[in-house]
Amino acid sequence: MIYVGVDVGSSNTKVVLLEEDGKLLGSAIRRSGTDFSAAAELCLGDALRAACLERESCEMRTVSTGYGRRNVAFSDGDRTEISCHARGCFHFFPQAATIIDIGGQDNKVIQLDYAGRRTGFKMNRKCAAGTGAFLEEMALRLDIPLGELNGLAQQSTEVVELGSYCTVFTATEVLEKIRQGRKVPDIVKGLFLSVVKRVLEMDSMGERVVITGGVIAFNPYLATMLEEIIERPVLVPPYPQLTGAWGAALLASEL
Amino acid sequence: MATEIQATKTMRKIMADHFFELDRAAKDGRPRIAWCTSVGPAELLRGMGFLVYFPENHGAMLGATRMAASCIPRANSVGYSPDICSYLTSDIGAYLMRTTPLQKAYQIEAVPRPDVLVFNTNQCRDVKDWFAWYAREFKVPLIGVHSYHNIGEITDFELRDIAKQIEGLIPTLEEVSGEKFDVDRFRDAVRLSRETSQLWRACLEAAAAIPSPWSFFDATIHMGPAVVARGTQEAVDYYRILLAELQQRIQNQVAAVEGERHRLYWEGMPIWGKLRSLSELFASLKTSVVASTYCNSWIFDQLDPAEPFESMARAYTELFIVRDEAYKERYIENCHDLFRFDGIIFHDAKTCPNNTNNRYGMPARLAKKLGIPAITINGDLSDLRCYSEEQARTQIEAFIEQLEGR
Ligand code: SF4
Repeated sequence: MIYVGVDVGSSNTKVVLLEEDGKLLGSAIRRSGTDFSAAAELCLGDALRAACLERESCEMRTVSTGYGRRNVAFSDGDRTEISCHARGCFHFFPQAATIIDIGGQDNKVIQLDYAGRRTGFKMNRKCAAGTGAFLEEMALRLDIPLGELNGLAQQSTEVVELGSYCTVFTATEVLEKIRQGRKVPDIVKGLFLSVVKRVLEMDSMGERVVITGGVIAFNPYLATMLEEIIERPVLVPPYPQLTGAWGAALLASEL
Repeated sequence: MATEIQATKTMRKIMADHFFELDRAAKDGRPRIAWCTSVGPAELLRGMGFLVYFPENHGAMLGATRMAASCIPRANSVGYSPDICSYLTSDIGAYLMRTTPLQKAYQIEAVPRPDVLVFNTNQCRDVKDWFAWYAREFKVPLIGVHSYHNIGEITDFELRDIAKQIEGLIPTLEEVSGEKFDVDRFRDAVRLSRETSQLWRACLEAAAAIPSPWSFFDATIHMGPAVVARGTQEAVDYYRILLAELQQRIQNQVAAVEGERHRLYWEGMPIWGKLRSLSELFASLKTSVVASTYCNSWIFDQLDPAEPFESMARAYTELFIVRDEAYKERYIENCHDLFRFDGIIFHDAKTCPNNTNNRYGMPARLAKKLGIPAITINGDLSDLRCYSEEQARTQIEAFIEQLEGR
C-alpha cells in the first residue's frame, strides 16, 4: 500500500508518497492554477514518475488537504490543512510545539500538546498581510525576482522598519523609502520583519516553535529572524513546503 | 434530513400578518405606526395603541435575502461609512433604492411609513443615528431612551433614571396617537410580553436536551414573533405551540442534527446571508449549535405588570449587550452549565462591535475557565464582503477535527 498526501494549496499543489513503513517514495510540486482537480492529477503523476512507479500497479490510499481538498477525485478522505500540518510537524518533531505555517494566502499558528493533540489554532484574518502573497506583491513592486528576496534580506546592514499593516499601504511606504534612498536589501529585510511581526501577533509562542510552508522553504532567513526575536531555536522540518502533504499521507495511513 | 419543525407554518403566518397589518395601517393612517429598536420600549408603544415596526428585523431580512450587498454601497455613497452597522447601511440604502424584501415576500411595496421613531441606545448608538436619518426624511418625532453601558451591578439610580426616561416618552406618544395613556392597557402589554419572554426562554432551554431538538439556526428563524410581536396574544399563543412541539421532539428523541456528536455555543450576531450554508455545514459535521447569546437577547424575565416602568427599565438594562465583560463571561459560563456545549464560536462581526465579544481576550479567558476550545470567525451580520466562506469553512472543519481529537 502506498499512502498519498495531496495538498492543493492556493498557489501550489504538493503530493507526497509514503511507503508502509513511512519512508518517502516520491514527491512533486506544481502550480495549482485554476483547475484544482487537474493539478492534483498531474501532480500525482509527477510524484509517481519521480518514484519510478506506475499508477496502475500501485495500491494507494489518499488523503487530500488544502484549499482545493474537495477537488481531488482520487481522494479517500479530506482533512483541513491545519490537521495535516500539525500531523506532519509532529512526525518530524514529536513534542509539544507551536507550529507556524506561512502559506501563499494565509498563515496559521497551531498549538500542539506533548501527544500531538491540537489544543488550539489561529488563522490570519481575511488579509494578505504577512503571507506569501504579500511578499510576491512587494517583489513585483520592487522589480526583484521572488527567488532573490532571501539573499537580499541577508545582505542587509540596517533594517528599514515598515509601519503599516495593509499590503497596499506598505507598497506606498516602500516607494517612499526608495525615494529616500534607502538600500534595497534593507527594505527587503523590512518586508521580512513585517511578515514575522504579523505572525507573532497571531498567537503566543510556546517553548518549541516549528515553522513550515512554502514561504519558509524559499526564504529560510525568515526563520533566522524569528529566532532572533523570540530568542529560542526555531525548528524547520525537512521539505517544509511538503509538510502538509506529508501529514496528509500519514493520516492516509491511519484511515 | 432532519425532521422539520411543524410550527414553522404558523410562525410564517404571524410574520406575514404582522407586515400586512402594518401595510394596511400605513395606507389608512390608522392605527399609528411607531418604529422601535429591537430591544426598545415596545410594550409602551403597544400599550398606547401603536402598531410597532422593527427596522432591525428588516435589516435581518435584507441580510438573509442578500439584498444587503447592493443596498449597502448606496448608503455608503451618501456618507455612511462601510464600517458602521450594516443593518443601518443596508436599510437606508434599500430605502434610497426604493426596494425592500417585503416586495417579494408579501407583495408589499414599501416599508410602513412611521408616525414616530422610538429608540433605546442600550444596544448601540447606531440605532439612534439610523432613526435620526428617517426622522429627517419623514419629518416625524424622534424620541428615545439613553441607556448606560458596560454595566456590572445595576444600581437603583440607573433604573430610576431609565424608568423616568420611558415614562417621559408618553407626552409625545399621546400627541402622535391622539389617545390618552391608559395604564391598564400598558400593563396588559407588559404582561403579554413577559409571557412571550418566559415561553421563548423555555423554548431556547429545550436545546439543553441531548440530542438537541433544535438549533441556533432554527431559533434565528423562530425568534421572529419574540422580536416583532412581543406584547401580543398571538406571540404568546405561538410559543405555546412551539414549546409543545419541542417537548414532543425531546420525548421522541428527534434531533436537529442527526447523530449529534458535538455541541457548540454561538457568540455574536448571526451571519444572515449564510445561515443555510452554515447550518448544513454543521449538520454535515454532526455538530449542533445549541445555544447563542443572540437568541437569548429577547428574554425579558423582569417585566412585571405591577411595576411596568420600573420592570421595563430593569428588563432592558439587564441585557447581555449592556453589561460589562465580567458579567458577559459569567453569563456564558452559566449557559455552559445548562447547555453542556464543548466549544464556542465567536463571530467577529465587522460592522457591529457591540455584538462582538472576542476582541478583548474573552475567547482565551473562557476557553481556559471552561476547559473547552473557542475560535473566532471573521464575518458580518449582513455585509458579506467581510466574510470569506472558504476561510470560515476551513476554520470550522479544523475546529471540529480538533474536538474529534480530544
Ligand atoms: S447592535 Fe449592532 S447590529 Fe444591532 S443595530 Fe447596533 S450596530 Fe447594528
